[in-house]
Amino acid sequence: MTRRLVYLTLTGVLMLTAFPLYFSVVVASQDNSALSHVPPPVLPGANLFENIKRVFDTVPFDQALLNSLIVSGINTASVVLFSTLAGFAFAKLKFKGRTALLLAVVGTMMVPMQLGIIPLFMLITKLEWHDTLLAVTVPALVNAFGVFFMTQYLSEALPTELLEAGRIDGAATHRLFWHVVLPVARPAAAVLGMLTFLNVWNDYLWPLVVLASPENQTVQVALSQLRAGYVQDYSLALTGTMLATLPLLIVFGLLGKQLIGGIMQGAIKG
Amino acid sequence: MRTWLYKADTQLSPYLYISPFFLLFAVFGLFPLGYTAWVSLHDWSLLADEHAFVGLGNYAELLADPYFWNALRNTLSILALSTIPQLILALILAHLVNRPLRARTLWRLGLLLPNVTSVVAVVVIFSQLFGRDFGLINWLLESFGLGRIDWQAGVASSHVAIAAMITWRWTGYNALIFLAAMQAVPKELYESATLDGATAGQQLRKITIPSIRPTIIFVVIVSTIYGLQVFAEPQLFAGGGPNGIIGGPDRQFQTLTLYMYEHGFNRGFEFGYASATAWVMFGLIVLAAAVNYLITRRIRSSR
Repeated sequence: MTRRLVYLTLTGVLMLTAFPLYFSVVVASQDNSALSHVPPPVLPGANLFENIKRVFDTVPFDQALLNSLIVSGINTASVVLFSTLAGFAFAKLKFKGRTALLLAVVGTMMVPMQLGIIPLFMLITKLEWHDTLLAVTVPALVNAFGVFFMTQYLSEALPTELLEAGRIDGAATHRLFWHVVLPVARPAAAVLGMLTFLNVWNDYLWPLVVLASPENQTVQVALSQLRAGYVQDYSLALTGTMLATLPLLIVFGLLGKQLIGGIMQGAIKG
Repeated sequence: MRTWLYKADTQLSPYLYISPFFLLFAVFGLFPLGYTAWVSLHDWSLLADEHAFVGLGNYAELLADPYFWNALRNTLSILALSTIPQLILALILAHLVNRPLRARTLWRLGLLLPNVTSVVAVVVIFSQLFGRDFGLINWLLESFGLGRIDWQAGVASSHVAIAAMITWRWTGYNALIFLAAMQAVPKELYESATLDGATAGQQLRKITIPSIRPTIIFVVIVSTIYGLQVFAEPQLFAGGGPNGIIGGPDRQFQTLTLYMYEHGFNRGFEFGYASATAWVMFGLIVLAAAVNYLITRRIRSSR
């Protein structure tokens, strides 16, 4: 395969991956009547702000954005903290049952949690968390992937001598964690944080099941409401899509390179 | 005193640090999954106070329901239509990117871009593209002199549309995973193969694929587990609402998770029946993982 053909193919792929997102901007900036023209519009129109206003009038989108920000923010912080703690223990501390427990963590990564959704719903109802943000936040405070990811990273990146030196100076384990482990863990923590933020922000089935009232919904559930309805209002639905995706694209633009590095690193060891 | 404290610290701290994960997993992961089995043996609905034990009654009812078999067929069809092209494309893309390239980061960012987009967003966008009257794809088909397709209406066409959404969202991500594995393959293998006159395609088949087999098995299994649980794509493709729950007016694309959702959260909250569905799906997932593992192993040993 010649080099030129490789670049040509990759450019084609890039257009295929970017086009649907570009097209959502096109649709979001048109009024609905323009969408029924032949040929369909391929350039952005002038109706974007009108459509944004309609999104906020149709569903409590500002509240949904705020809810998503709260849930994703809390879960990102907690997943990073708890995963780093557990990763530190598994990577560098000696304790009975370590290997078996780490195997248990790895084993749970592939378990399809979605299938436990009915008892989970019953449990959340019993706790009276139904229709509150607690219902989506607490079960996701930490996960097996995060623990495994940080264990892998810390077992290589954290020098054992550094910990031993701290021990000789009389530092307790929690001091080692704050002053030695956390600074070393920072690059991996950034990647894990981003992955977690993306996953929580984009989660759909569980929030849909458990968050009933519009003012408690996350942004994905609000988005699905824009899609519902007998008459399909595409410019409305796609404006919502654009608004919900924009924050992620900004993060992606700023930190995408690190994210790719993290995914690929996790893959080799995983 | 100090040594006692030191001992307590070094012996207890590790357990303290791993306990958040195990506690949360036990309460919100393991317990619900296990309890699903117990609930599935009862006539258990949210609205009733009594939960009569019915043994395998829910399972018998499930297996006698043609809609269940319909959902199973739809799920397997969408699984095959999305997973197979996705993995082949991902392998080829990873192979293309696994060479010295200009603007390396750009291509990789492009690969990951769809995966950053949420499932809901992807379905909303693709529902417009696959629209019957004003969709871009139908417009393209028509301008090439082909007929319009009512993508949602048909069994095969709706499955293709849903598979396209899954493929678009996951191909690049999987390509990056494959790429990571490919970079660990010794470069000398390719150099000597090039000297022997092997083409890029031959190198992909004879060197790359055998070398990254564990990663391929991993990706195949993860994609299968995802594919068997597809929910948002069919639900929102039908526009949400009552049609979304049954996966189109004729249930032409209702998947197993949608079927479980329909019974668990819409028709009188039949928790027992929906739990039986969940356990059947769990069995299917274990079976699929095992079959995938065996097939992928066979591919290797037959060469």
